[in-house]
Amino acid sequence: MGPVLAGILQLLALMAALALAYVPLGTYMAKVYSSDQHWRVEKWIYKGIGADPDTEMRWPAYLRGLLAFSAVGVLFLYALQRLQGVLPGSLGFSSIDPDQAFNTAVSFVTNTNWQSYYGEQAMGHVVQTAGLAVQNFVSAAVGIAVAVALVRGFARSRTGELGNFWSDLVRGVVRILLPGAAVAAVVLVACGAIQNFSGIHEVGQFLGGPQQWNGGAVASQEAIKELGTNGGGYFNANSTHPFENPTPFTNLFEIFLLLVIPFSLTRTFGVMVGSVRQGYAILATMAGIWAGFVALMMWTEFAHHGPAFELANGALEGKETRFGVGASSIFAVSTTLTSTGAVDSFHSSYTGLGGGITMLGMMLGEIAPGGTGSGLYGMLIMAVIAVFIAGLMVGRTPEYLGKKIGTREIKFAACYILITPALVLIFTAFAMALPPPGNSMTNSGAHGFSEILYAYTSAANNNGSAFAGLNADTQWFNTTLGLAMVLGRFLPMVFVLALAGSLAEQKPIPATAGTLRTEKPLFTGLLVGAILIIAGLTYFPALALGPLAEGLAS
Amino acid sequence: MNNSVTNTARLLGAGLRALLVLTVVTGIIYPLVITGIAQGLFGNKANGSEIKADGKVVGSSLIGQSYNLPLKEGQETPAPDLKWFQGRPQNGLGTNSVNTQYSIILSGATNRSGDNKELIQWVNDAKAAVIKDNSTADYKVKASEVPADAVTSSGSGLDPDISPQYADIQVHRIAERNGLPVDQVQKLVDEHTEGRTLGFIGEPRVNVLELNVALKELVAKS
Repeated sequence: MGPVLAGILQLLALMAALALAYVPLGTYMAKVYSSDQHWRVEKWIYKGIGADPDTEMRWPAYLRGLLAFSAVGVLFLYALQRLQGVLPGSLGFSSIDPDQAFNTAVSFVTNTNWQSYYGEQAMGHVVQTAGLAVQNFVSAAVGIAVAVALVRGFARSRTGELGNFWSDLVRGVVRILLPGAAVAAVVLVACGAIQNFSGIHEVGQFLGGPQQWNGGAVASQEAIKELGTNGGGYFNANSTHPFENPTPFTNLFEIFLLLVIPFSLTRTFGVMVGSVRQGYAILATMAGIWAGFVALMMWTEFAHHGPAFELANGALEGKETRFGVGASSIFAVSTTLTSTGAVDSFHSSYTGLGGGITMLGMMLGEIAPGGTGSGLYGMLIMAVIAVFIAGLMVGRTPEYLGKKIGTREIKFAACYILITPALVLIFTAFAMALPPPGNSMTNSGAHGFSEILYAYTSAANNNGSAFAGLNADTQWFNTTLGLAMVLGRFLPMVFVLALAGSLAEQKPIPATAGTLRTEKPLFTGLLVGAILIIAGLTYFPALALGPLAEGLAS
Repeated sequence: MNNSVTNTARLLGAGLRALLVLTVVTGIIYPLVITGIAQGLFGNKANGSEIKADGKVVGSSLIGQSYNLPLKEGQETPAPDLKWFQGRPQNGLGTNSVNTQYSIILSGATNRSGDNKELIQWVNDAKAAVIKDNSTADYKVKASEVPADAVTSSGSGLDPDISPQYADIQVHRIAERNGLPVDQVQKLVDEHTEGRTLGFIGEPRVNVLELNVALKELVAKS
């Protein structure tokens, strides 16, 4: 069997596994967020928080809870890193500098997991497990909570109430992420991922002399890092490191983990709005774009254009032998089309066009299937835009799921889709125009520009992967990327929740013969078109300067 | 005004309590329980899959090593010890610069693009070296036979594996340097070649450390 066929078979196996999980997981998650029963452990947690989980919140209250929780999260994680030097269990690692601590705190709270530090030589046990890994859970749960609030906005009428933030947060962690991560962590250990607290210790080598290893709670962090679409590696090399991703099977399993919740949430959406077929239409959009991107990526990586790759007989620079080109391509597309940003191969050493595909994946807004929660709400915003465009074409007030898309709603949606591109392009322009940031590039020319464009695209879209040639541990990058992450995470959430509140207040309008059937393939096509056109119009000039220039030159 | 300050404080207090409770659950209980299960059920794997030769730990089957001669005076990079199977280039590995009380290996990739001058140079040099090192009196390596993994650095820099093709072209050299028959070394490589998982997952590969441990035993026996 050739590597191309093996790559395709891996893709098919992955699709089959995701399809098997779709109905049970999606339906289960709908039940989690609709049930009025509290588990006993959840009651203890609510008592600890001092919150009543049964109080319904309107959108401003929901948003305030979310922002307060996230603000505290940033401060706590910042303090933990600043105090690392005096905390026990830190392996003698020193405290993190203020700008890097800010960047990292923001990065993990916003579900980005951009890393300007080197995991194995900077973070001790306490910061990794009690700081970074905790945010892996809760930032993912926050994302799902916002998505569920938006779905309730569609499903509910004449109320304005969107649920209870604390209850959604706790249920997401306790009922979905924690059990899922625990099972996944044990599977990873069984395949060779490490899980110990041995710290830094010496191990013998074949030709004598010792090598130093960093032990830690790697598997437990790896599991939630993928399942919560976080992506922050325990080690600098992320999921290329054999202790994080030891075998070809764990590689495929990790891709499964990072896709399973975002895809299955479309089922949750379908169940909660009372029509699973609406969920299928959204799923088809996500899956179509994802599969198309994987196919493109495999094609360009197997073709390996570029002087160094042609000389080497393959694009294996930055890729691991055990995964090869096929599986690495699937991982690269999946991690950039979700908000994960974990890598099993280094994107900077992809072919020019391959690097462009990873960037374009993020530029679509990470909605195919996107991050845990953020993918679904991002895609629903695009659906609102698509419905609006269709409405303009026939001269009818657009409606989606029985709700009118009026001036207010479309303003919120428009603001949502403008924020991230504005952040990406403005920050990139400044970084290119000022001298110090330019000194951070490893490669020159078009690829150097791509390094910086990639960094801001990754930060503002809360992805976290990198064209890692960029030396991002400078005050400029720590600060501006930190700002891009905060604004790129929470401003869109404001508009999503405002939209949800506005939808929940409406009374439903009955479907008529003139209603656009949003569960039909026609709508899926329209939605794919809207997504590609909006991203294309926004980013084409920037992409032309970077990856396209590089890809066409070789 | 006062009211909103109190409200904000109350909200932040709730946020802090929520964070602390969830930190206990996901940041303390969860990793400790997983560690307990991992150590109880998969002790060797959870501790890094160490392998032993002659009763001594010689490394991890998951972490690639270098097989070099000791650094000679005036040399910047050590020369490979051609008695042993060689792994992939490791140009992306870094050295610890932050916490200098340790000498941990810093995993990582080169991050060079396909049109990067330095990468082109590295590939060129590596290819020439692979051809030169592996050609013996009666066996010449052709440029077209050198697989990509032999001349490129991996993502982690710690890739424990090479492709079977790269192992195969090293067979004649290994046989010559160790005074072994070629077919015996080839048999060793074949025995240590792992196919795709279930026939289609990942790529075929040879674990270099395990292969060298077996080679050492073979040399000792003959």
